[in-house]
Order: sequence, then C-alpha cells, then structure tokens
Amino acid sequence: MMQLDNLYQEVILDHYKNPQNKKLESDNDAQVHHINPSCGDEVTLGVKLEGEKILSVNWDGVGCSISQSSTSIMSDLLIGKSLEEAAVISESFLQLMQSKGSQDGDETVLEDAVALAGVSKYPARIKCALLGWMAFKDASVQALSKKTN
Amino acid sequence: MSFDPLVIRRDFPIFSRTIRDGKRLVYLDSGATSQKPQQVIDAEVDFYRLHNAAVHRGAHQLAEEATDIYEGARDIVAEFIGADRDEVVFTKSATESLNLIAYAMGNAPLGNRFHLSPGDGIVVTEMEHHANLIPWQQLAARTGAALSWFEVNQDGRLDLSNIESIITENTKVVSLTHQSNVLGTINPLKEIINRAHQVGAVVILDACQSVPHMKIDVKELDIDFLVFSGHKAVGPTGIGVFWGRAELLEALPPFLTGGSMIENVTMTGATWAPAPRKFEAGVPNMAQAAGLAAAIHYLQEIGMDSIHAHELKLTQYLLDKFADLAPLKIVGPKTIEARGGSISFTFGDIHPHDLGQFLDSQGIAVRTGHHCAWPLNRKMGVPATTRASLYLYNTIEDCDALVAGILDAKKYFG
Repeated sequence: MMQLDNLYQEVILDHYKNPQNKKLESDNDAQVHHINPSCGDEVTLGVKLEGEKILSVNWDGVGCSISQSSTSIMSDLLIGKSLEEAAVISESFLQLMQSKGSQDGDETVLEDAVALAGVSKYPARIKCALLGWMAFKDASVQALSKKTN
Repeated sequence: MSFDPLVIRRDFPIFSRTIRDGKRLVYLDSGATSQKPQQVIDAEVDFYRLHNAAVHRGAHQLAEEATDIYEGARDIVAEFIGADRDEVVFTKSATESLNLIAYAMGNAPLGNRFHLSPGDGIVVTEMEHHANLIPWQQLAARTGAALSWFEVNQDGRLDLSNIESIITENTKVVSLTHQSNVLGTINPLKEIINRAHQVGAVVILDACQSVPHMKIDVKELDIDFLVFSGHKAVGPTGIGVFWGRAELLEALPPFLTGGSMIENVTMTGATWAPAPRKFEAGVPNMAQAAGLAAAIHYLQEIGMDSIHAHELKLTQYLLDKFADLAPLKIVGPKTIEARGGSISFTFGDIHPHDLGQFLDSQGIAVRTGHHCAWPLNRKMGVPATTRASLYLYNTIEDCDALVAGILDAKKYFG
C-alpha cells in the first residue's frame, strides 16, 4: 500500500472532497471545456484577467480524484499570480508530471501541487493530472487575446 | 475432460508472473483483450521460425507451407462459426472488418444492392462500441443516408417497442452488437433480423464479445455479415475476421486494393479475384492467422459449451455478491438472463479511475472509463464505470478477490 499512499496523498483527497473555486462564474474573460477522451473526465474552466494578473480561475467538472484535485490545487495556486508566473508554475508542474517518479517537485514554486508528484509514476494518470492545467493554458491564452484585441 | 480453470491457467504463461510487488494476478479485463495460452504463442513463433514466406506467391516449399497454414486457418475459422471457407476474410481487427464493410458499401455504384443514397437508412443501437458506430456515422455523412438507432432502457436492454418505425422500408443496413462490451447484455437478434430481412436490409453482427464465449453458428443465426477479433478469443492481436454470405461478398465492392486481390491488371484498370481474396489486399498477417487457428483449436478442445457454462456460473456468483455490496450499482442487466460475463458498475462516490487504481495495487486488473461506448455511458447517466469481464481462466477466487478489493477501496477512500 506504500506506493498507493504516495499517489493518493492526503492533500489530494482533501481537495477532491472539498474542491476550491469549483463554481463557474458568469463574467469570465474566457471559458473552455476540456475532456480526457480516454476516460471521459471533463473540466469546464473560466479565467478572469486584470491586465496580466489572474483575478479568477473558476471551474466545474466530473472525474477522478486526480483530475479534480489537480484542478482545485491549480486554481488556488494561480489566482493572484501574473500570467508570467503562472507559465513558470505550469511548466514546473508539467516537468514534474513527466519525471517518471524521479522528482519530488519544487515546493517553493508548486506549493500543494507537489502532492501530485506520485502521479508521474502512473503513465495512465498523468493526463488526469494535467487536464485542468491544459484547460487553464487554453483559457488564459484566449482571455489574453480577447483583452489585447 | 472436466472443466477446471486451474488446469487451464497453467497453459497461460502470464499467470505465472506477479503484479505490483508480488501480488497474484487477478485478470478481469478479458473484454478488452484476453490472455494467450502457450499453444497460441508457439503457433505464432513457429510460423516465423519454420515456415515464414509470403502466402499465395513464390514457387518454393516455404511459400507452400505458409499458404497451407494460412488457408488452413481459414478452414478452422469457417468450421468454428459454421461458415463456408470462401466466406471467411482475414483482416487486422474487428474494427477493420467493420470499416471494410462500411467503406466497401460506400464504393458501391448506383445499381449495386449496397449503394446508399439520401433516403436510405442505416440502423445501429445506442449500445454500440465506437467501432460499430463511427464507421456508420461516416458512411451516412458520405452518402446522405440517414442513421437511426434503437435506444437502450435503464435495465440495459434494447427498446424494440418501435422496431417498425426504426427499421423501415428504406433501411439498407442494420448493424448491431451481439453482446454489449459494457452492459453484458445479449441482444434479442431474432426479432431484429426478421424485421430487417422483411424490408430487405442486411444484418451485420459485431460478435467480438460473443464468439470468444459461446458457440456461434452464422447460418443458424440467419445473419448476413459477422465480425470478430482474434485477440479477445485467446488469439493474437493483428488478426480479425469478416464473414459474409457468399452471394453478398460477390456483390460487395472491395475496400483496400492492391496485390493479391486482383484477377487481371492493366495500366488503366483491374478486375477482382473472387472472395475472400477480393478483400485481402497485400501480404496478410500470416503468423497471426496461424495463432488464431491455434486459439480456436484450444477453445474447441475445451468446448465452447463448457466455457460458456463456466462464465455463466462466475457471472451469477458476482451478480449475487454485488447485490449485497452497497453502494455498488450494476450498469446493465442485474440477472443472468440474456447476459454475458461483462459486468460494469459504479461504487458510490469513488470514481472508477480511483477504484481501478486501488484494485491494481491489489493485483486486480479491471477496465475503467467509458469503454469506447461514450453515447451509452451518457444514456445510462454515468460518466464512467468500472468493468470486470470474465473468461475461461477466471475462478471463484478471482471474483472473491474483486469483492474484497472493492471493500478495501471503500475503507481506503472512505
């Protein structure tokens, strides 16, 4: 059970049971819907910007504890950051997911998201963990281009 | 010989390995792909070791041996499903078989019985695997034919109450699964086939989940086409079967063109060899055909009726256990009538992915997700399910392990 505990950290199960920012807002600058076609997990995610600053990341979704907690943790982490900071955090998370269990993650950058480090040992679950992050990337690009147009 | 899954398991080398730090392998994912006995592995290896040559070509002994093995495999498949040998076409998979039929129909010129145009109808069901849905969606889009379907009720059975308005005088094709890969439901073919034939439509049966598990006779079923894959029937991957009634194969245009499938070729045109070769362009998957023949031989030695009876016994056992395992909800028929050994379920708030991951940590292999039948999942109101699918090598101990694993998962995620 040791390895499984490594995957299902307390932080993950907490976020799964009490997801943060899981309430779609009606005045988002951009909203996207992403699906993991291999399992059917879904996330709808909205972003609000003020200049380069992330005012809100709000979402709704159905799926496993990994996809839902990862989205919840991410939303907590990114709200209030600049888009540039968000890109650094997202890149760091992506690297952690692709590390095949060789990294623990930089807690100063990723904070609670390091709890998802164990996912990188389970190839089938990496897409679950990335679902919300990819949705954020998509939504933030759309929101930014809308603002600058 | 009496049926003993413990003896059968000894033929399957994979059961001698362990999973996740020394756990016994409890393989409950045969609906996705079955494990292979040594006899099948040997047949495939022996083809490469001893007989490898391109079939139907070459004036040498190896080519003769390869051809004998490949065509011998066709005889074995034909006998297995009650067909004539020239009605059996080898493909790479059941998915390719279904696409072959759909694309071949799309190639049928005006005047050909398979020609489709706006006003014609194609009928499927809501419980189809994507492989028996998307080719028909695509064919409908290319030809302008209308796609309609039988709905599935909350018990996981087809709703045939409006059969006369779904299969109409305009219907040309009815394509459906024999046994649902998600629900385990075995469909009532007779009524559907009678109605389809009454209006002159052909019936295509996706038998991926039935041919490996029960005795099938295509002539007795009175269907027109049938497909199945080798790898779900203890055979190798890379080999599928497409069967069609002889007169229909004669009328059906080819799909893939190229070597082997021709009668005569000039710089401006070609004529086709008769079936089955008309549908087998290129050097086929010969070693895999040899493996499939060994697989069928293996199943027949044990006996399809014994295999079916064993699976029904295990299915009944699991259905009984599941009935007392709240909050488990079976997605599909809850009784053994007209049902096979694929059991999908949800378990309260524990998402199938998490349940599957937990079971995996106990050495138990199940499938989770939408099982390539997304529209069906939506209809049943569940984004995903966990599926246990049974086969000849499963035991009561496997079923008990699953139940214990689910209970432990409940504690773990509590």
